[in-house]
Amino acid sequence: MVSFVVNGKIRNVNVAPDTPLLWVLRDSLHMTGTKFGCGIAQCGACTVHLDGQPVRSCSTPVSAAAGKKVTTIEGVGATRAGKAVQAAWIQHDVPQCGYCQSGQIMSASALLAKNRAPSDADIDAAMSGNVCRCGTYNQIREAIKDAAANVKGA
Amino acid sequence: MRAKPANTSRREFLKTSAMAGAGLVIGFTLPGAARLAQAAAKEAQINAYLRIAPNNAITVVCGLSEMGQGVHTAIPMLIAEELDADWSRVRVEQAGVDKAFVNPIFGIQATGGSTAVRGHWEPMRKAGAAARAMLIAAAAQSWKADAADCRTEKGVVIHKSGKKLSYGALAERAAKLTPPKDVKLKDPAQFTLLGKSGTKRLDTAAKSTGKAKYGLDVYLPGMLTAVIAHPPVPGGKAVSVNDAKAKAVPGVRQVVQIPAGVAVLADGYWAAKLGRDALEIQWDHGANASLSSEGISKQLAAGAAAGGAVGRNEGDFKAASPAKKIEAEYEAPYLSHSCMEPLNCTAWVRKDGVEIWAGTQSQGPAQGILSQVAGVQPGQVKVNTMYLGGGFGRRFAPDPVIGATVLSKITGKPVKLVYSREDDTRGYFYRPASVTRMTGGLDANGSATLFTANVASPSIMEASHFMKLPPDGVDEFGVEGIRDCPYDIPNLHIEYSRQEPGNLQVWFWRSVGHSQNSFFLESFIDEMAHAAGKDPFEFRRSLLGKQPRYKGVLELAAEKADWGKPLPAGVHRGIAVVFSFGSWCAEVAEVSVGSDGTPKVHRVVAAVDCGMTVNPDIVKRQVESAIVYGLTAALYGKITFKDGRVEQSNFHDYRMLRMNEMPNVEVHIVPSREAPGGMGEPGTPPIAPAVANAIFAATGKRIRKLPLLG
Repeated sequence: MVSFVVNGKIRNVNVAPDTPLLWVLRDSLHMTGTKFGCGIAQCGACTVHLDGQPVRSCSTPVSAAAGKKVTTIEGVGATRAGKAVQAAWIQHDVPQCGYCQSGQIMSASALLAKNRAPSDADIDAAMSGNVCRCGTYNQIREAIKDAAANVKGA
Repeated sequence: MRAKPANTSRREFLKTSAMAGAGLVIGFTLPGAARLAQAAAKEAQINAYLRIAPNNAITVVCGLSEMGQGVHTAIPMLIAEELDADWSRVRVEQAGVDKAFVNPIFGIQATGGSTAVRGHWEPMRKAGAAARAMLIAAAAQSWKADAADCRTEKGVVIHKSGKKLSYGALAERAAKLTPPKDVKLKDPAQFTLLGKSGTKRLDTAAKSTGKAKYGLDVYLPGMLTAVIAHPPVPGGKAVSVNDAKAKAVPGVRQVVQIPAGVAVLADGYWAAKLGRDALEIQWDHGANASLSSEGISKQLAAGAAAGGAVGRNEGDFKAASPAKKIEAEYEAPYLSHSCMEPLNCTAWVRKDGVEIWAGTQSQGPAQGILSQVAGVQPGQVKVNTMYLGGGFGRRFAPDPVIGATVLSKITGKPVKLVYSREDDTRGYFYRPASVTRMTGGLDANGSATLFTANVASPSIMEASHFMKLPPDGVDEFGVEGIRDCPYDIPNLHIEYSRQEPGNLQVWFWRSVGHSQNSFFLESFIDEMAHAAGKDPFEFRRSLLGKQPRYKGVLELAAEKADWGKPLPAGVHRGIAVVFSFGSWCAEVAEVSVGSDGTPKVHRVVAAVDCGMTVNPDIVKRQVESAIVYGLTAALYGKITFKDGRVEQSNFHDYRMLRMNEMPNVEVHIVPSREAPGGMGEPGTPPIAPAVANAIFAATGKRIRKLPLLG
C-alpha cells in the first residue's frame, strides 16, 4: 500500500512500490489527463508536480511519491501559475492534437511558479524536455510569456 | 464542474452500461455526461450533421477524425456559416460509422490526404443551408407568413414585421419538414465566419485541462491491457515460447500467440510490460535475418540506375544534347510517423458484435476489416472514434485495431492493446526509402532543356491492400512530387522502378511521396540553377511562366523573406516550392551552419495558396506544424536496419525537434476565391529542400542524402 496526495486528496493504492507513478495515476486511479508518450523520460508528456517540482511520472516509482503531494493536469488549475498557464493556452489556441499539452502545461506551470519573468533561454531550458509532434512550440512560447505577465500582475 | 472521484464514475458507468447494453455512450467518464445526455434527448435532429436544442445549443456531428488538424472546428464552421448560427452556441460531437459520413473524395469514411475541407466544403455548407431553409419554413408556418419575408441572423429567424423566433424554438417543428432538394449557397462575399481570422478551435479547452479523451484513455470494466512481443525481424515468427516467468508477474492474466506475435494480457500496462520483458521466446527470423540499410541502399540504387516503367515523357530526352549536363543520385530513408500518442486500440468482442474505441483515421474500413476478423456483419461493428494523439497517416493503418479485436475474441474480455514507444517506432508502416537518379541539361544560355528522374522505391499502392499498381507499373505515390515537375523544360522523362527490399510494410506518411520527391526535385533544380550560374529563385521563376499559382507563392515567399537582401553574417537562404494535395506552398529557410557542421534553422517564411480558407488561423498553424514535421525528419529522421532489426527505438535515438531548435515561422496566405485546397500536408514537402539549399548556400556542400545530419 502506497499513500500520497493527488490534487489535494489522499490516495491509497495497492501496487508494487516500483510501479511508475504514471501507471498508478492512469490504470489505478483512471486519471487520464497525464499522458504516456515514451516511458523513458524523453518526451515530457507524463509530467506532473511532486511537491511542486516537475517530474516525469513514467520514470518515477510510486514509492517516491509516498507521503508527498502530486499535482496533475486535473488539479494544476487550482494553482496560481497553473491557472494563468491554462488560461493563456486557451487564449492562444495552443493545442493541435493536444496529446502532449498536459505535460507542456505542467512544465510551464512549474517554470512560472518559480520564475515570474522567464527569458527565452529560461523557456528553452524548462520546455525542451517536452516534445510536441504538431510543432506548437512557438504558440507555447507566446502563451508562457502571456501567462507570466498575468501571474506577475496578479 | 469538478471531476467526480474515479470510483464513483466507474460505478455509474457500470450501471449505465448494464442498462445501455451494446449502446455504450462514448465520453462516459466526462464530467457532466449525464447532463449532456439528458439535453440530447430534447434536441431536434435536423439532419445527420446537426441537432438543435430548445436552449439554442447547436451540436454538429462530425464524421472526420480530429488529429490536430482542426477538422472538429472547420466542419462546424462550414455548417454554421450557411446556417447563420450563433457560433458561441456551436459544439461538436464525433460521429459513428455511417454512410452519411463517407468522405466524398475517398468514397469511404476516413480522414487523410488533406481531404477534409476539400471534400466537405460543399456538402457541409449545403447541410447548413438546408437546415436554415427548414428553420425559415418552420417560422413561416408558425407565423402563417411567407418564407420569402423571413431572414436569419445569429441563430434567429426574423420576419420583416420584426417578429423573431430562435432556432431552438423552431427546431422541433423544422425537423419534421422535408429537407429542400436544392439550396442556394452564399456568395463568398457574404461570409461572416469562413475565411475570417479569430474563430477559436472548439477542442482547445478540453485539450488544455486534461479532459480530452484519446484512445489510450478508454477504461472499461473487466478490461485487460495487452502488449505484444513482436518478431524483432520483419517476417519472423516465434518458434518456442516459455511464458512461465511472464505469468508469474503479479497482474499478468494470460499469454497468447497471435499472428502479430506473443501477447501478454494483464490488469494494467505496467504488469503487461513486465510480463513481456519476462517472456523467453525463440524466434525464426525468416528471410530478413540479414537485412541491412547498406543492402537496401544498394538495391534501390541499382533500381534507379536501371530505370523502370515510364511515368511521363515529353520531348525527346535521348535526343536532347545539352551544352551542360549534370547528374546526381539522391536518397531518402524509411521514416516512422511517431505520433505523440503511441498506437493503441480497445476492442470488445461480444456475442452481438464488436465494439472498438480507437483514435483512427479509417473508421469506415475498420468496420469491414473487423467484421472479417470477428466473423460478424459489418453493421455489427461499432467504432467509437476518440481524439487522435497525432495521425500523420499512421492511424490510417489497421494493425492496432486488428490486434485488439483478435485478443478480445480470444479472451472474451475487453482488451486495450498498447504499443510501447519502442513498439511504435519499430512497428513498420514506414515512409518508404527511395533512391532517385536525376539528369539535368542546360543550353548555352543556361536555360533548362532536359530533366530526367529514375525513382526506385517500394510501392505504397500495393502495400495499402486497397490499391493496386496501375497497368503502367508506376506507383503514383512513388513518383508524386517529381513526375508532376512543374518546370517548363522541353525534354522531360520520369521512370519508376518498384523495389521491395525485405518486403517491408510501407505506408502513407504526412505528404506521402512528396516528402522525399520534393526534396529530390527541389534540391536538384537548385543544382541546375547553380550550374547555370543563376539565382535559385530567379531560375525557378523563369521556368514557371505557365504556372501562375506556383509562381504566385514563390514570389510571395521570396518577397516576404527579403530574398536577395543581406542577412546577418553566417545566415543563408534556401528556397523551394511544391504543389501537393491541392495547394501550393513555397518556403524560404534561413540557416546558419556551425563550425561543427550542425545547421541551425533560424526562420522559415512560407507562402501558401490553398484557395479559399475556412479558418485562416488554423491554416497558418497547419503550415507551421507541417514545417516542424518535415524539418524534424529532414534534420534527424531515419529508420535503419542492421541484422534485420530496426536500429531506432525511442526518442533518444529517433530524435524530435524540440523547443530550443524551433525556428521562427511566418505564414502568408495568398488571398483567393478558388476552391479550397488541402492543408494538413502541403507545408511539409518544401522544408527539407529549402533547408538543404540554404546549407548549400552557406557551405557549398550539396547534401543528397537525408537526413541532413547524416
